Amino acid sequence: MKNKIILITAIGLISLGLTTGCADVKEYQKNKINDAEMQLNARKVEKTELNFQSYREGASGANGGKVGGGCGCN
Amino acid sequence: MKKICLTVVGLYFSVLSAFSQYNVDTSSYKNQKLKLDEVNLVSGYFNQNGNHSAVTGGIGTEQLSDVSNVIELKFVKQNELNNKYTWDFEVGFDHHTAASQAFINTSGASRPYGNRFYPSLNWQVEKANGVSFGLGTSISSEVNYHSLGLDFSVGKTSKNKNTDINFKGQAYLDKVVLIEPAEFVPKPIENSPSTYTTASGNVISFGDGEHSKVHIPRTPRNTFAGTLTLSQIVNKNFQVALIAEGVAQNGYLGLPFHRVYFTDGSEKIENLPTTRFKLPLGIRMNYFLGDKIIFRSYYRYYKDDWGIKAHTASLEIPYKVSPFVSVSPFYRYYVQTASPYFAPYAQHALTDTYYTSNYNLSAFTSQFYGINVRITPEKGVFNIPFFNMVDLRYGHYTQTTGLQANNIGINLRFK
Repeated sequence: MKNKIILITAIGLISLGLTTGCADVKEYQKNKINDAEMQLNARKVEKTELNFQSYREGASGANGGKVGGGCGCN
Repeated sequence: MKKICLTVVGLYFSVLSAFSQYNVDTSSYKNQKLKLDEVNLVSGYFNQNGNHSAVTGGIGTEQLSDVSNVIELKFVKQNELNNKYTWDFEVGFDHHTAASQAFINTSGASRPYGNRFYPSLNWQVEKANGVSFGLGTSISSEVNYHSLGLDFSVGKTSKNKNTDINFKGQAYLDKVVLIEPAEFVPKPIENSPSTYTTASGNVISFGDGEHSKVHIPRTPRNTFAGTLTLSQIVNKNFQVALIAEGVAQNGYLGLPFHRVYFTDGSEKIENLPTTRFKLPLGIRMNYFLGDKIIFRSYYRYYKDDWGIKAHTASLEIPYKVSPFVSVSPFYRYYVQTASPYFAPYAQHALTDTYYTSNYNLSAFTSQFYGINVRITPEKGVFNIPFFNMVDLRYGHYTQTTGLQANNIGINLRFK
């Protein structure tokens, strides 16, 4: 219970910090942010490795891959 | 008098021309037709080997290979209100061969291969005010598993487009085909309509007359997931995404061809709880260092009510050899605790309520490392117009259970 409270508090503080303590980056300043290698999601080519990791490991989710449904895996 | 008339006529025409400036030119507001914006071909080859197959009770070969192919077509349209509509259509086809699958029959004569077909369709609207909404559906079909997926998403981007929040809800309404190990399936009696109850409690009915058939029953497995994502640009070189997901499953959550052996030498089909709740929490952080190096990092904490806790951490470092070529070595580390329902071969007690020898639910660590190469030439790959990108990726995977695997993937993009 104590660990859950700490975890939720940490997530909340990080979220608050990110949304309030960040620079206002203008569109013309986003040349690096908009680079293809800076995307905040998995590459399309990672699709097969995300699949086998969800099949071969107990954990899944929070990465754009399978969450447990849609396949004959645990 | 003539001067007055001319003046009045002149005024009349000038007023007419003034109003004509407010006749809006609508030619620029024509709806754009739906157009094919992007095509992606993604293919992968995977092979693995190990010695803890769940089909044979936690021992035996895990040799497997899989070839997957997905084609994605993205159609885009924009209307006069600057709302952007996207239709995303995907079709995937996988073929796998698995040595352990042959031992669903103890003689090793079961079919050792299978195919999976999985189309999906997604629709999304991104409004000019930063609000987005999407709907999607998917189907997956293979000999032992059938899935229907539905999803929706809502999102909002801030005015300065530095913050994005998105919620996605998914539902998978699946059916598990109860293909059991051969020793558990009763033999049909010729010319005799009858029903039998199997070891896992399912009723199999046989046809009548001369052509007896075994009708393999199906049982439901449902998955419901909600994903909240917060993305934030921190400064010109740094951006972060927080991902929180909750997943609830119910129904038949094991696999009917997984054997479990007990300390007294007896054998059953694995038995797992009919509910499961998963909580993965992830964070992605990408940082552009200088002009050529990028750090792509990811961490996930996972916990579920089957007793598994896991940590995942990965780092990828793209290096821009040129504006059109990047080379990215990567490394992923994973560690998980065991579920109390797991025990190795012949170590389960007959008094256990739930039991499995599937090493996916055991305690282990794994490492995955390799390299990614991305090529995006200005004039197209091999100077072919619209052939926009080649992304090639290879990785080697090892587990402390002894499982080893290799994966190679390629993405060809046309835009």
